[in-house]
Amino acid sequence: MAVRYQITLCDGPTCMHKRSKEIDAALERELASRGLSGKVDISLSGCLGMCAKGPIMIVNPGYTIYGGVSENDIPEIVEKHLVRKQPVSRLIIEEDHLYNRFFRVFGDVNFFGRQMRIALRNCGIIDPENLDDYLSVRGYEALAKVLSAMKPEDVIAEVKSSGLRGRGGAGFPTGLKWELTAREESEEKYVICNADEGDPGAFMDRSTIEGDPFSVLEGMIVGGYAVGAHKGIIYIRAEYPLAVKRLEKAIEASRNEGFLGTNILDSGFSFDIEIRLGAGAFVCGEETALIHSIEGHRGMPRPRPPYPSVQGLFDKPTLINNVETWANIPVIILDGAAWFSSIGTEKSKGTKVFAIAGKIKNTGLVEVPMGTTLRQIIFDIGGGIPNGKKFKAVQTGGPSGGCLPEAYLDTKIDYESLAQAGSIMGSGGMIVIDEDSCMVSIARFFLEFTQNESCGKCTPCREGTKRMLEILTRITEGKGAEGDIEKLERLGNMIKKASLCGLGQSAPNPVLSTIRHFRDEYEEHIKERKCRAHFCARLVRYEITDKCAGCAACRKVCPAGAISGIVKNRHEIDQAKCIKCGLCYKTCKFGAINKV
Amino acid sequence: METTKDIRAAELGEFMARCRTSPRPESHLIAILHKAQSLYGYLSNAVMDEVSEAMNIPAAHIWGVATFYHYFNLKPKGKHTIAVCLGTACYVKGAEEVLEAIKEELKIGMGETTQDGLFTLQEARCLGACGLAPVVMIDEKIYGGLTPKKAVDILKAYRKQR
Repeated sequence: MAVRYQITLCDGPTCMHKRSKEIDAALERELASRGLSGKVDISLSGCLGMCAKGPIMIVNPGYTIYGGVSENDIPEIVEKHLVRKQPVSRLIIEEDHLYNRFFRVFGDVNFFGRQMRIALRNCGIIDPENLDDYLSVRGYEALAKVLSAMKPEDVIAEVKSSGLRGRGGAGFPTGLKWELTAREESEEKYVICNADEGDPGAFMDRSTIEGDPFSVLEGMIVGGYAVGAHKGIIYIRAEYPLAVKRLEKAIEASRNEGFLGTNILDSGFSFDIEIRLGAGAFVCGEETALIHSIEGHRGMPRPRPPYPSVQGLFDKPTLINNVETWANIPVIILDGAAWFSSIGTEKSKGTKVFAIAGKIKNTGLVEVPMGTTLRQIIFDIGGGIPNGKKFKAVQTGGPSGGCLPEAYLDTKIDYESLAQAGSIMGSGGMIVIDEDSCMVSIARFFLEFTQNESCGKCTPCREGTKRMLEILTRITEGKGAEGDIEKLERLGNMIKKASLCGLGQSAPNPVLSTIRHFRDEYEEHIKERKCRAHFCARLVRYEITDKCAGCAACRKVCPAGAISGIVKNRHEIDQAKCIKCGLCYKTCKFGAINKV
Repeated sequence: METTKDIRAAELGEFMARCRTSPRPESHLIAILHKAQSLYGYLSNAVMDEVSEAMNIPAAHIWGVATFYHYFNLKPKGKHTIAVCLGTACYVKGAEEVLEAIKEELKIGMGETTQDGLFTLQEARCLGACGLAPVVMIDEKIYGGLTPKKAVDILKAYRKQR
């Protein structure tokens, strides 16, 4: 016995009362008979507070909590747990739900303590390349339950009543999508997992797959059974090689053990999954574009209807859900729709995973119940803004979303309230912006992205985003004109209404939301030629302060000859000649040049 | 004697032969282009013609697909590929300054290759390593928490290695 076990017996009043002193004696006796006396530490504790389940016994390492222990159980515990290292499962106090398994591992870290992990329940807990590990956390049990005890329509009814909505961003009710696909009659149907996570600043899907690829597979197989499909495809970015590798391993292991392939678990149901790689096109996150890409074409969207549920991949009925949506399915099946729908807000149920990044202390991945406020995520879990800087805005939903200012920090996370505030839920990217960032430039950044990614099929998106970008570029360069803001608003609303797919319909959002919440910054850029964050290079004024030692380094480096002065005396910048290249600022060793 | 080129052609040929046996061969086009690029480093007209022949897909269609997706290169690349992440988190944390410093150091623009054939400069759309922002990936290696100076130092180290 290499491990030294520690046994703690709860010695609170209730346990003491319930537990005859026989337990202590039986334990001593049993250890002695196996020659383990002195090799196991035994201690008493104060009341644990779990009085209803007493007498309580805790075995470490492993933090196994046994409840209702009697002296008759002692020989079994010693024999099985201490000698053979197999905890006695019938006595372990364990919740039978799947979520929040991480508490046992990292529950005492504040960052985790405020989260609720459903989609990420196994991430960090299991070895993602080991099927046995997945099985040990009740993996594939939902699949077994569905195949043995539920009809396809029961599965759909369960998903429908759970209130789960698409986690890709748009929030379409998942159960309804399943029902629409199931309703179609066709020999051939497809199930697709959308893992084309293209939002810059978002890495939820990558982490979910890298941490627990099996949950996604299990969700897809259940989905296939529910809608009557036998073929699943995971469309994933080529930029995620590790996630692809883990998926390949998980698919192979699941196939070898009969969870995937023909006649799954002897149920007569067959389903197989293959992986298709994307090739770097943001628009392929849109479902009809994604379908075209899998078919081997340019990833361009087409008008809907017909929806993929009617006419999708290879013109067959197709069910498409996002990675996080799929990962929620096993939990809904095992813990039940009633439980799932008890979490969250009226119209948004369950949890949402967010990738928080930008100017925030705890960059990373968090999963919180719907209804959590932005403030709780950013300040309680995220730890707030580093370097004593001031919070300026939070950007949710990536290039399709918007920026919300401080006044909206108490907005509750759900599809409707974020939309109402002028942003969107999106797939879960959350970028925190501090006072050093310029909101006009942020809007320009996103628009540059969407403009570049616009597939070019429809005119409003192709031409409109280009014109908007030109105006924004002009403003950040100090050439903004009266009326530009109104022009942006008019164009933006037009593009939103007239574009073919989600990309164009949401591309103006970052611009419109920054105009709505940070209009004064736009006006400053245009009217005062000023960028308060000192971010827009052309709007910065460089000034030499008293710290100047007169070393003349700036004068020598200035390409415009705008700096004059005598050695060892304070130098001056001629603003009329300055081309705002910033070279003097970078060159000065005395910190004597200020951006104003 | 078999040259490297023949070996690559044979491997690509084999891959396409496998695709041809699947129910919808033409749907594997993107996978085939991935394979070709991993073998040759980029997609030349000759390779695309080869794919066209073998898969019975019009060359114009292949050209359309190859130019649509950012991942495919139509020009040969340098020995090292520098991908500067321009995702939001990196942008907020100063990726543009890093990019400018790299451009200045290498005297090339986005998508170009240095004269000595050592570096190709590309932009990446979020590598998902936002915790390390700003991030640059050189070949398969990620460099995080960069400043313009650190980035230039890294490039100098690569030059020395040579």
